[in-house]
Amino acid sequence: MTWQFVSEIIAWVLILSGSIFVVIGAVGTLRFPDFWSRLHAASVSESAGMILLIAGMCMHSGFTLITVKLIIIGGFIFITGPTSTHAVANAALTSGETPESDEDSAK
Amino acid sequence: MHHHHLILRVVTKMLVGAIMLFAFYVQFHGDFSPGGGFQAGVIMAVAFILYGIVFGLDKAEQVFPPWLVHKLVALGVLLYAGVGVVSMLLGYNYLDYDAFSPHHPSHGQHWGILLVELGVGITVTGVMVAIYYAFAGRPPPMKDEDW
Repeated sequence: MTWQFVSEIIAWVLILSGSIFVVIGAVGTLRFPDFWSRLHAASVSESAGMILLIAGMCMHSGFTLITVKLIIIGGFIFITGPTSTHAVANAALTSGETPESDEDSAK
Repeated sequence: MHHHHLILRVVTKMLVGAIMLFAFYVQFHGDFSPGGGFQAGVIMAVAFILYGIVFGLDKAEQVFPPWLVHKLVALGVLLYAGVGVVSMLLGYNYLDYDAFSPHHPSHGQHWGILLVELGVGITVTGVMVAIYYAFAGRPPPMKDEDW
C-alpha cells in the first residue's frame, strides 16, 4: 500500500461521488415540477459535485501547479455558481414567477 | 435600481480584477500554455462588459471612455503592422522576427511574437468593447411596459 495507490483510490472515490451528485442534479433539473425546485436541484447539487470533483482532481495531481490552478478554479466556481443562480431566481421573481407553497398545493 | 442587484454588484467587484489578471496571464503565457492575443483580448473585454452590464453603461464609459476604445482598436493593428515594417527596415522579410536578434533568432522570434500578440490583444479588446458599446448604447425600440 504505497501512498500513490492510496491517493489514487481517494481521488477516484471523490471524483465518482462528485459525478453522482452532478447526475442527481441533472435528473432533478429534468424531473422536478416547477421552476424553483428545478433551480434548487441544479444549483445545490452543482456546488456539492463541483467541490468533490475538484478535490478528487487535486488528490489525483498531487502537490503540483495543477493543484493550485484547480483550487483557484474551484474558488471561482464556488463564487460564481450561486451568484448566477441568484441572478436567474431574481430575474424570475421580478418578472412575476412566484413559488408554489404547501398551502397552495393543499387546496 | 440603485439598491437592486446588491449581490451581483459585490461579486462583480470581486471578480473584475481577477478576470483582468487572468487576461494578462493568458496574454503573456500564451507561448507556454493555451492562449494568446485573441483569447486574452476577449477575456479582457469581458471584464469591461461585465462591469457595464452590472453597473450600467455610463459607469463603464467613465472607466473606459469610447474615444480611448477607438484609439486602441487602431493602436493594436498599428503595433502588429509596425513590427512587420521594422523587420523590413532592418533588411528582412515582413514579420520575419529573426531581424530583432540576428545572432539569436529564437530570442528575436520570442520578442516579435510577444509584440504581435500584444497588438492582437489590444485590438480584440477594443473591438469587443466597441461592439458592446454600440449595441448597449442604442435606445431600446420598445419600452419595457409595451411588451
